[in-house]
Order: sequence, then C-alpha cells, then structure tokens
Amino acid sequence: MEAPHLHIDDLIDDREVSIVVCTGAGGVGKTTTAAALALRAAERGRHVCVLTIDPARRLAQAMGLTELDNNPREVPGIEGGGSLHAMMLDMKRTFDEVVEAHADPVRAQQILSNPFYEALSSSFAGTQEYMAMEKLGQLHADTDAPWDLIIVDTPPSRSALDFLDAPARLGSFLDGRFIRILTAPARGAGRGLGRIAAAGFGIFTGVLSKILGAQVLADVGTFVAAIDTTFGGFRERADATFSLLQEPSTRFLVVATPESDALREASYFVERLQQERMPLGGLIVNRVQDVNRDLLSADTAIATAEKLALEKDDTEPADLTARLLALHASRLRTRERQHHLTERFTGAHPGVETAQVAALPEDVHDLAGLREVGELLARGQAV
Amino acid sequence: MEETLWPGVGLHVVSGKGGTGKTTIAAALAMALARDGRRTLLMEVEGRQGISQLFDVPPLPYEERKVAVAPGGGEVWALPVDPEEALLDYLEIFYNLRRAGSALRRMGAVDFATTIAPGLRDVLLTGKACEVVRRSEKNATDAYDAVVLDAPPTGRITRFLNVNNEVSGLAKVGPIRNHADLVMSVIASPRTAVHLVTLLEEMPVQETIDAVSELREADLPVGGIFVNMTRTPILTDDELERAVHGDLPADRIEAALRSVDFTDKAPAIAATLVREGDDHARRVALERRESERLADLDVPVLPLPYLSDGIDLASLYELAELLRAQGVR
Repeated sequence: MEAPHLHIDDLIDDREVSIVVCTGAGGVGKTTTAAALALRAAERGRHVCVLTIDPARRLAQAMGLTELDNNPREVPGIEGGGSLHAMMLDMKRTFDEVVEAHADPVRAQQILSNPFYEALSSSFAGTQEYMAMEKLGQLHADTDAPWDLIIVDTPPSRSALDFLDAPARLGSFLDGRFIRILTAPARGAGRGLGRIAAAGFGIFTGVLSKILGAQVLADVGTFVAAIDTTFGGFRERADATFSLLQEPSTRFLVVATPESDALREASYFVERLQQERMPLGGLIVNRVQDVNRDLLSADTAIATAEKLALEKDDTEPADLTARLLALHASRLRTRERQHHLTERFTGAHPGVETAQVAALPEDVHDLAGLREVGELLARGQAV
Repeated sequence: MEETLWPGVGLHVVSGKGGTGKTTIAAALAMALARDGRRTLLMEVEGRQGISQLFDVPPLPYEERKVAVAPGGGEVWALPVDPEEALLDYLEIFYNLRRAGSALRRMGAVDFATTIAPGLRDVLLTGKACEVVRRSEKNATDAYDAVVLDAPPTGRITRFLNVNNEVSGLAKVGPIRNHADLVMSVIASPRTAVHLVTLLEEMPVQETIDAVSELREADLPVGGIFVNMTRTPILTDDELERAVHGDLPADRIEAALRSVDFTDKAPAIAATLVREGDDHARRVALERRESERLADLDVPVLPLPYLSDGIDLASLYELAELLRAQGVR
C-alpha cells in the first residue's frame, strides 16, 4: 500500500501557511531539517524566520548565528527574492523579558532575584518548551516584522509530546491549587479543600519542608505572589499559543529516522495531533539508506559475488567487484529493514503524507550544505 | 585472571546523544557484565520503557525483574525508575512515611515537589541507583554484581549526576543534603564509571568531547567511549583513496560482471557499485577523522559494528560478546 506523498515545496509555497513546527525524537535531524526548510522557503520567495533551539555550533555558524542574543538576525547570502531571519532560543532571557515586559521595574527586580525564579527559569524541565512557545507567540504577533512564515524547531525533550504538554503543565502548575494555598497562608491552609484534603495538605507541607527546607517553600510563595499580580495567568498565555497551533495556517512536520524508536515516537505524536485537531503536514523520514532497489536483489548480489570468488579469478577487479556486490547486498538489507519499519508506520496511519530522505554522508557546515539538504527534502520519495 | 577494563566498578552510567543507541549499549553492557553466573541490574530513568521494548517483554512495573539470561548462567534484571516511586521509597526509608507518601501521591503533591525543585528529581533517581549499588557492600541477598544505568542524554548528563551542585541552592543542611552527599560519595568515586555512546559522526563526537571535559571538570569518573555502528571498510586503503576521488575502475568492474553472465545490465550495475563504493569511502574517511578526535581524549574507546539487520535480542548477545572480547567483564 502506498502512503500519500509529502511534497515539501507545495507546503512551503502555500501562502496560507504561516507556521511550520518540526518535531520528533532526539537525534533525528530536526534542527537541520528546520534550517534547510527555512532556507529553501526563503529562496523560493518566502520571508522566513527560523527559531532553532539548540543548533550544533557549525549549523549555527552556517546561518551566521555567532552570538546568542535572543533576537532574529538576517541571514546573508540568500538567493532569490525572499529573506531569512534566524535565531537561537535563549530560554532564560525569554523568561526575563516576559517578566520585564509585564511587571513594573520594582516588582520585576523582585521576581528576577528570587532564588526559585532562578531555578525555574534555568532548569525547570518544561521551561524550554514553554519559552519556545512563548517566543513563537511573540514572533507571530510581531506585525512589523518582515517574515510571513515562521519555522520552529522543538527542544530535545525526553518525549516529543513534551512540546505540547510542558507549557500547559507549567501554566497549570503556577496556577495550581498547591501554589494558591502556599501563596495565601492568611486564608488558612487548605480552606476549600475539604477536611481530609486539608489534613493531607498539612502532611504535604510538613514533608516538603523536611525535604526541601521551609525557605524553598517561602521562595516559591513570594515568587508566585509577585508574578500572579503582575500578569494574568500563566495558563492563559500557554493556552493562547496552544490555540495558535490549532489554526489552519499551522503545519506540524514530524521528523523521524527509519528506526523503531524514532518511528514509535512519531506515531505517538501523530496520534496526539489528531486528538488535538492540530494540522499535520506530514512525516519526514530522514537518513534513509540510499540504494537502487530495482537493479539487483540482495540474493543475486551475494550469489554473483560468490560466483566471482569461485571462478578462481583472483584478479583485482573480480575481487573488488565481489566486495562491492556484498556492500550492495548489505545496503539493500538495511533498506529493506527500514522500509519494513516505515511501512508499519504508514500502515497504522494511512492518511499521513510521507517523504523519505536519503542520508547525507557528512554534516552540514554552510549554506550550500543546507541547500543540498533542502533539495533532498524536496525530492523525498513516497513510501 | 582475565584483565578487566574497569576493575572495582559497581555502577556503570551510560549516556549518549539521541539516536546513538544508548539504551542498546546499556543493555549489551548489562549482558556482558552478567557472565558466569553473575547478576546485573539494568535501570532506566526516562520513563520510555526502552528496556521492555529491547528485551521484547511487556512494559515493566517499578520492580526489579529478570529480563534475560546471559551465557554461562548469569542474569540480567531490569528496573525502570520513576521519580514518584523513588520519592516514596525515600520517604519510607528515611521517615517511615510510606502511607503518607501514598496520600501525597493521590493529591498530586509528589509531582508538585519534583516540579518546584527540579534537582530533587535527579537526586531521587540517582539515589535509587546508589541504594542498589550499596546493597553489595552490605552483602544483602538482593545485591547485584553490577548496576548499569541508562542515563539521560549527553547534553544533560553532568547536571544529572552532579546532584551535589543541584541541591546546593535548594538545601544547605537537612536530610536531602545528606542524601545528596551519600549519592555523591558513590557517583564521584572509583566505584562508578560514566560511559558515553557515540557514532563516528561530527555532531555526536563533538557532544562526546564536550561531555568528557564537563565530567572531568565536575570530578566525575569517565569510563569508556562506546563507538556504535561503525562501518567495517570493505575496500583496501588504496581503493578507498581512489574511491573518494571517484576513481574506482568502472570499466573493469563491468568486465568482471560480464564474466559471470551479466550482459545488458552490467554497465548500470557497475555504475551503481562504483557510486556506492564512493559513498562507502566517504563514510569510512569521515569515521577515521572522527576516530582520531576521540583518540585524543585519552579514554578507552570500544568500537561496535553496524548491524544491518537491526537490533533484537539476538544482537544484544552479539554486542555483549564483542564487548567482552574488548575487556568488559
């Protein structure tokens, strides 16, 4: 059965599309894919901004990103009538800016110097995702900006789903009932929770103070009180960006490699997008073994190699040919295995447009390399 | 007695960039260390159920379970650690608070605690690993000969292990501080080895180099570098040299093919073989370049081959055997 083919050029040429989110498991080439797509879209006339999370140094250099200043910079050397801006996310700075933009200077200072804020803004497990969403919201809302297409890379999370879940988790955490109670000791701990829960809450604060120390709880309390009065509901902000991702002008591209882990992750993500009614652009299967499958089967290649060996013709070309045939057979076997795994995915998700992209032997160092990846993406094969 | 690469090490921490096969190598290592009737425990901390998929068993609960038998009668056990369960363990061991702990969990309080103190999560996870390791000192009946921890990826490994640092901003004194000190006394000691899994590609190698220097800076013991999925060169050095310059003799390959009865298809096949030979040569050249960068680190490097049929239980045995041949015992 053939899966529908993902034509990447149709997607990036579609002026109705204003956000593309690249997501998938770690190590599948999300960042490179996002950067290559952005460059290709720009060179096909779009005005693009690409938000990368943690690019490899040389990829960042390829896009002229030498300093991390949390603002999009124009990438020089773009051919054609479009333009490309690129930025790396600085999550702490993004968080600081949110605080500074919404609080008066005195209160902002209070928040920024709170020890709990320090921990939250630099190491909380969902902060990177939250701030990626926040930055995306900002880039999208900036009507003076030159771009009409934003391409986002997603953080290297434990699970690709974290990108969707973490912001709401952080939002609901900050708006949650434990926080409310911690911040309103005057109202009496646990009022409104019911007696049993109130008793549980007493144990809870007791245990927490034991483990973390009362100071930590106090810091959390002052932090949330300060942040709560200055800008309304973290959850609301997270919800707003979340609904932006449900708009028909957004496309998710799920990136995977033809390995079972990465495809499983892709499956979870695709199912989740369908549940959330988020527009799926398609699946990109990167790093596919490049081999001509129509020429010679693996069995024939092996049989021919053996025949060459048996001919006792140990002249150099016969021996070399036999080894190259064995290499061809092993590439075919790899390709078969990859194909089988990919088919399992497309079989389970029959409507998902898919493109398979050949592996590049070397990493990307410059715009020319990114252009080449863009070309491969556009030429990606159907399953 | 046979020489071993890491004598006296009871805790093997395995990290690596995403996509390098970290979980596979951790499992193969647990298998290799379980030789001759030994017992090893393979732990995972990222809630992915990677172990159950690899060993082809149903999703594992938070409990130590046997997942495989190693050659020579050894046993590999597995434990997926979850921060909530680890916190309940901790409360029970240190405060005898198991029941209160369960109530806290129902309220969602455990999630809250690990959220407001992200360092706490890591202390609990590494703490569980150390608890298991310390059983062997006490000669406990449930002790293991070695514990292998499938740890977070390279980018986060130093922070994950350096729990002392993590809780320092959190608690200057008190039980969690003592717990962190206890954890560090295992992790930053010669009883622990932190291994990194990489591929011979630029990005994973760079991350490995960065991780080694971070670990060293934090005084954490670097064990070995497992180089996964290496390609065995099928061409001689001379042929490789010619291939990278696109110089393999297509005409002579075509002639060899004709000598075994290929006619019409011989030119196309020869062209394909040459192209694939070039590709292979570029890959080998890249791997050699990256290999040299790893050699500069002065850490044992253990290469493992690319298995074109993929990874299943049988290939774990194969990888374990290859590790043992390189001194992993």
